[in-house]
Amino acid sequence: MSGFRLADGGRIDRRTKRTFSFDGKAQWGYAGDSLASALLAQGQMLFGRSFKYHRPRGILGAGVEEPNALVTVDRGPGRMTPNLRAPSVPVHDGLTATSQNRFPSLKTDLIAVNNVFSAFFPAGFYNKTFMWPRAAWEKVYEPIIRRLAGLGDSPTTRDPDHYDATYAHCETLIVGAGPAGIAAALDAAAGGGRVFLIDEQEEIGGGALSDPAQWAWLAEATAKLAAMDNVTVLSRTTAIGHYHQNFVVAAERLTDHLPVGEAHGPREKLWRIRAGEVVLAMGAIERPLVFEGNDVPGVMLASAARTFALRYGVAVGRKIVVMAVHDSGWRDALALQAAGVPITAIVDLRRDIDPALADAARDARIACYPGYAITSVSGSLAVKGATIALAGVGKGQKLDCDAVLMAGGWTPTVHLWSHAKGSLRWDESWGAFLPDKTHENLRCVGACAGAWDFGSGLSVGLLPAPKPLHESKAFVDFQNDVKARDIGLAVQEGFRSIEHIKRYTTNGMATDQGKTSNLNGLQIASDVLSRPVTEIGLTTFRPPYTPQSFGAMLGHHKEALFQPLRKSGIDDWAQAHGAVYENVAQWRRARFFPQGSEDMDAAVARECRMVRSSVGVFDASTLGKIEVVGPDAAEFLNRMYTNPWKSLEPGRCRYGLLLGEHGFIIDDGVSARLAPDRFHLTTTTGGAARVLGMMEDYLQTEWSDLDVWLTSTTEQWAVIAVQGPRARDVIAPLVEGIDLSPEAFPHMAVREGTICGVETRLFRVSFTGELGFEVNVPAEHGRKVWEAIWAEGEKHGAAAYGTETMHVLRAEKGFIIVGQDTDGTVTPDDAGLGWAVGKKKPDFVGKRSLARPDIVAPGRKQLVGLLTDDAQDVLEEGAQIVADPNQPVPMTMIGHVTSSYYSTTLGRSIAMALVAGGRDRMGETLYIPMPGKTISAKVLAPMFYDAEGSRLNG
Amino acid sequence: MLLIHCPYCEEARPEVEFVYGGEAHIARPLDPSTYSDGEWEEFLYIRSNPRGRHHERWRHTHGCGRFFNAVRDTVTDVFETTYKAGEARK
Repeated sequence: MSGFRLADGGRIDRRTKRTFSFDGKAQWGYAGDSLASALLAQGQMLFGRSFKYHRPRGILGAGVEEPNALVTVDRGPGRMTPNLRAPSVPVHDGLTATSQNRFPSLKTDLIAVNNVFSAFFPAGFYNKTFMWPRAAWEKVYEPIIRRLAGLGDSPTTRDPDHYDATYAHCETLIVGAGPAGIAAALDAAAGGGRVFLIDEQEEIGGGALSDPAQWAWLAEATAKLAAMDNVTVLSRTTAIGHYHQNFVVAAERLTDHLPVGEAHGPREKLWRIRAGEVVLAMGAIERPLVFEGNDVPGVMLASAARTFALRYGVAVGRKIVVMAVHDSGWRDALALQAAGVPITAIVDLRRDIDPALADAARDARIACYPGYAITSVSGSLAVKGATIALAGVGKGQKLDCDAVLMAGGWTPTVHLWSHAKGSLRWDESWGAFLPDKTHENLRCVGACAGAWDFGSGLSVGLLPAPKPLHESKAFVDFQNDVKARDIGLAVQEGFRSIEHIKRYTTNGMATDQGKTSNLNGLQIASDVLSRPVTEIGLTTFRPPYTPQSFGAMLGHHKEALFQPLRKSGIDDWAQAHGAVYENVAQWRRARFFPQGSEDMDAAVARECRMVRSSVGVFDASTLGKIEVVGPDAAEFLNRMYTNPWKSLEPGRCRYGLLLGEHGFIIDDGVSARLAPDRFHLTTTTGGAARVLGMMEDYLQTEWSDLDVWLTSTTEQWAVIAVQGPRARDVIAPLVEGIDLSPEAFPHMAVREGTICGVETRLFRVSFTGELGFEVNVPAEHGRKVWEAIWAEGEKHGAAAYGTETMHVLRAEKGFIIVGQDTDGTVTPDDAGLGWAVGKKKPDFVGKRSLARPDIVAPGRKQLVGLLTDDAQDVLEEGAQIVADPNQPVPMTMIGHVTSSYYSTTLGRSIAMALVAGGRDRMGETLYIPMPGKTISAKVLAPMFYDAEGSRLNG
Repeated sequence: MLLIHCPYCEEARPEVEFVYGGEAHIARPLDPSTYSDGEWEEFLYIRSNPRGRHHERWRHTHGCGRFFNAVRDTVTDVFETTYKAGEARK
């Protein structure tokens, strides 16, 4: 209990109390307090337990750089946010916050035993220790490690909030509303252009909020900005990333600062701002110092203590020692002392101190120890004292204190500069990387540009200490529990690049992305390697600047709006008739139509029986469709597809096979020639957009001399497949103007006429092996025509069938599904479709590749049929196939099962597979090892039913 | 997000309206059957992959639908220029 509320000062409203709870205990603060300042004022020093060792941790910083004091804020079911930084959480009435990573409580953490055994948890420990046996990782080590190490818990219930999103455009965007940012905004606004000024804090002002001398100016500037029509000021808004061409994404927090009952509207709003010029005024973050005990609660940044005192009216201790290597520590100490915060001593590693600072400190009755360093801090849950020594190695001297402030110099906040690929240069006087060159219209101002007077100082890694490095418990990365000696160990084990050292030690890889640890880690690596910092390299900052909610990223794109769900015009009929759906690409398709208590197998068996014995009706509207029109349409298709098209007569259909230039199958479909210059193409459901894009590519860029027009007509036509021996009887009463007799309308023909009075393109085609028609009608008439066909079908006992039955029926015939029986490495010959390749054609897309050495080499995987020896065994699709089940593991896999179903028609299972040299293995027995048993199957041609095709011609 | 100038629409539009189309100025041979296996491999798979100026194809898919060419710096992602399909390499 050492922090306390100062009698006056700060920007808090002392007339308005706020009550809240922390770890279940009632607490209070003032309006304007952060969770950190309110608790510090109550004497709370302990805020969290560290990630790996569960060491007690207090507050380090006063802003988003805070690595230790992570809290979970609970705003009701589904509204629990972990890993918030206590200094950035404003208090409001009813705020419910809890500390993290402790069990059972913050003061008594049983897992802190890790700390006692910390010698066994060095860098790379997990990688080295938990390697073997492999199975134990998943079952034993990982669950334990996850329990022991970690941050807050993820919410487990659905987030009920909604999130807004918007685009904005402006001439000038300024990120960071400290004095430099505000000055830049006023300057830009005077030019008349649109100006955005955004800042992550509760109010604008940045560093000026901690400097009462600037408050009058700040109030004036804030009012001036508010009065300008061309200026938009957004506070509580974090610029999370800079993307190409000055596209900045920022998240505005709209309601989290309000009591739950007063929070209406969206929780956050994601701004996507395109700016002519971006000005980064993101300031600088003070660097901690690395010494033994620098993580004891009560050790914090000097600048943080200054902010707590001057902005929030809170003293962080009653006897405070400052450990500085930089002038700014002295200035902060003097400002704190003047504000009534008791500073007892300033320790500085430098022997030569600016006389003006030294004199001022003496005048303020502060003891000064130039040339000294803190060598240890006593206390466990709070600072109880510090030991100092001349140059870190002299005789130890104890200082009585309850808080230690660190002033290690400043690191400019160049994160967004780096997102934009701006280069950095090492500045010796700052001991930090400063912005150098960029190709964007982007500049830095103020402290993040190095243009700020913090005074001067040393750039040090580990403070000099009596203990050797490998015994030191000085921390570099507080959030990931990385010690100076871990970096030493990484170097000793051969790591040289900072990118490798970072990943091995996890320095800078926690949720704070190393805002306070990167430079210290770099400096220590540089010292250990005896090479300049500039040769060690620098890790790359990536968005987001601070952790960001998924909600804001998604905006409105969730649930039904996550992605479009495409439905055919017949979809609602299917829904009314109890269809079970599956999603195919973005389409919702009826998978099967269960009756009564039928499961899928029973429904599919019945649907298959009806199609084979009478008739079935199927909604095929999702097929991709392209209208190809123009004098050169036939020539164009002839070049695109493997098949010959020029000879196809109007009124006829052809199965088309489309290859990539690499010779592998990428799509197929039946297409019809309606007139010499007009084709109705169909593609696979999922391939429609891709095929159209590919055709446009060739048409526009390779064969722009061809006079052809391509139009996507997928959604213009409803397609109703009527399949089965009674198919003609079903549609006959409805069709006008088309002679349906087998002689006048043979298989693979197309006719135009009307059905139910609606224009139709009637295809006589079959994906089932039965007599079949596909009725194309304009989409808006699809439902009406479907119902008429259904009414006729019912007279014949018709079944509506779904995609599952469609799959079984086509597999019985050995028809492939592109993407299921092919995988992007399958040629027409591999798939047994060599007949579809026009041998006399001089060229088509992919033809040259079919003569490549690897394509004509023997032993390629070929599509074959498989019949399991046990007719009731249904193979698993994707299962691997071997020739000899008795060979040692790992076995030589010669192929895999691509399609497998139970065929009611045949009373047994059937399968297709891609098998090396498959067509030379006819009659062979192959083996499919599965958990618990090995299934044997015989190879045959992939054709299980009506091989002569007589049923097609009914 | 990149802003890309479509030479057909004559307007800079956001990247989401476009799809990338690979390296530009790789013409499909008029008669691929005259290509040796090595030449065909070169055509199919071998790309220049430069550090710096890169000639590449884009398609304004969610706009005019046209393919065009661009010169983009692969280090900075800055577009130097865009030009219509069929125009000489820039």
